[in-house]
Amino acid sequence: MSAEATAERTAAAATRRHHARRVLVTGLSTYWGGRLAQALESHPEIEAIVGVDSSEPTRELARTEFVKVGNQHSLIERIVHAAELDTVVDTRLVVNSMTTSPRLAHENNVIGTMNILAACAGPESPVRKFVFKSSALYYGCEQDDPAFFTEEMRRPHSPRTAIERDVVEVEESVSEFTLKRPEVAVTLLRCANVLGPDVQTAHTRMLSLPAVPMVLGFDPRYQFVHEDDVVRALEHAVFHHTPGTYNVAADGVLALSEVIGLLGKRPVPVLPPWGTGALAAPLRRLGLRIPDEMLNLLRFGRGLDNRQLKATGFHYQFTTREAVLRFGEHLRLHPVKRGAEQGYTYEREVEEFLRWSPHVRRERKDDEPLGL
Amino acid sequence: MAPDRTSLAGTPPSQDIDDVYADPSSGALDVEAVEEPSPERMRELLPALEPERRITDWGRSERIEGLLDRTLVEFFYRYWFRCEVEGIENVPAQGGALLVSNHSGALPPDAAVIARAIREEHPEPRPLHITVEHFFKGYPGFSALIPKIGCVPAHPANVHRLLYDERELVLVFPEGRKGTEKPYSQRYRLRRFGRGGFVEAAARAEAKVVPVCVVGAEEAMPIFAQLNLLKRMTGLLYFPITPTFPWLGPLGMFAYLPAKFRIRFLEPIDPRELSGDGEPDAAHVQTIAQEVRGRIQENLDEMVARRRSVWFG
Repeated sequence: MSAEATAERTAAAATRRHHARRVLVTGLSTYWGGRLAQALESHPEIEAIVGVDSSEPTRELARTEFVKVGNQHSLIERIVHAAELDTVVDTRLVVNSMTTSPRLAHENNVIGTMNILAACAGPESPVRKFVFKSSALYYGCEQDDPAFFTEEMRRPHSPRTAIERDVVEVEESVSEFTLKRPEVAVTLLRCANVLGPDVQTAHTRMLSLPAVPMVLGFDPRYQFVHEDDVVRALEHAVFHHTPGTYNVAADGVLALSEVIGLLGKRPVPVLPPWGTGALAAPLRRLGLRIPDEMLNLLRFGRGLDNRQLKATGFHYQFTTREAVLRFGEHLRLHPVKRGAEQGYTYEREVEEFLRWSPHVRRERKDDEPLGL
Repeated sequence: MAPDRTSLAGTPPSQDIDDVYADPSSGALDVEAVEEPSPERMRELLPALEPERRITDWGRSERIEGLLDRTLVEFFYRYWFRCEVEGIENVPAQGGALLVSNHSGALPPDAAVIARAIREEHPEPRPLHITVEHFFKGYPGFSALIPKIGCVPAHPANVHRLLYDERELVLVFPEGRKGTEKPYSQRYRLRRFGRGGFVEAAARAEAKVVPVCVVGAEEAMPIFAQLNLLKRMTGLLYFPITPTFPWLGPLGMFAYLPAKFRIRFLEPIDPRELSGDGEPDAAHVQTIAQEVRGRIQENLDEMVARRRSVWFG
């Protein structure tokens, strides 16, 4: 089927349904929020995209409306009602404790989610779909873990780190919301560790080092997912009826030594098997920033069963091995390209002019709905 | 690099949107039950192993396993223990099956020889997944090596995935550590078979149980005593005194005496049939576990009685 024919059918399907597609993306200025908004903009049947965040967008957006909100997202309910948004995609979860203070992370993760859920839960709320991006940190990482976590498994031990506690608490409030509001289709995506040229995580930073540290005597099983596949999974959840919880992880679980080999680097087993945590603090001063929630992963690794999401019709573009290879290509190309590209800076006046000024010529077909 | 601004989802999901919105009376996004995919569908969705990879998703390394198989295992299996195998036809050529064996020797050689026996004697050789204690995953050195040679941590979910979804052969030792730490004077006396978890696992996975008897491992590494203090100091599962350990250091763990090995695979048992169709309840699980244990003990007794010499069989 050609792309045009598919687009036509989608548009036809879109006009048949009752609800217009009006989407709220939270965490617009995070990597995931920005990428998802960009992806949604290319779908003509999405007629409105509103993004909220406490800081300004980091990616160039054509028709997404940005609203700056406080850290706790307490005024979202008014936005949701005013714009009659039927779908909320929550991408703002902080899953790396090195990026912010534990207090701010908690504020954003737990209090923020509480407020966003409250905004969707009112008796006259227009929201019919809620997509939440969570993390495989939910499962934790322990010695007696199963080799592949499935979605219905609960973590066998209580959380060890502040971030993991947040993730578990947040998931609890989301599942409570799911029970209380049966008319809202809730999709919860638990993402494995992400790799890719654009995204920055504790793992991309560690794998970018010239020699990659490993814990002596351990070779953990690692499963990654390519950044594009995460965006596609979020998109998939917006366009499909997929209530429930899904693991998002690429096919294939690799040994860390295998990953390092694919990147063309050398593993250096320098971290001691005992007292790794005590060593992590001085190492952070030296620039090797290993967050607490990664320490156990470096010993035991983690595998996820990714079949449930595939059963809903989702296809991963990259296997774990391919994601690692792509990341390796980026690492080699990056020093050559550095400085050649200019970053994007958000300027409110320019963005508003482009969206609202009558002088801006808008190219569009007549039958195509325009954003807002 | 700025990502592609067109949709990353590729072709929009037209089919599914039609399905969901086909009924005009229902609200577009109303929650409706999403069908559970069938077991066959779930099996199809299992990730295939990429041909370029030499380590499986379980962490099993063809290279390291092959290297060990050609050297250490070959030597012990063929020349040192002179293994003899009976009833290999009882190991099914396809489908999941749970092999249940007696367990002995301080660093038990039984798992390696059973795996080798299937590779060597079976008309359609298959890899065998050996379940081991979680302890090994947490102990440096073991943790990196153990999965590479085909061992998986003994978690019910792991056994279920291997038996039910991947339809592989899995070996369990229901006696666990109680079998390998018992002193020489208790040889060939089976310990309690756990809580019968292996029966539940097999029944849930619709797999058969193949009892396995190994004679010779008890004499290959007799245990004279256990030292609790040293066990605690080294963090090992137990600290045995054997003819060679700890006198020869860690090398003593591999210094087996040249006992003659006999392996006997017994007729498969279907836990679903024994319990009268369907998944057995708690009482049935215990009965079936006792039945399996009884058959292994019976055959062990018979094999030991017939054996004229520990060293020459």
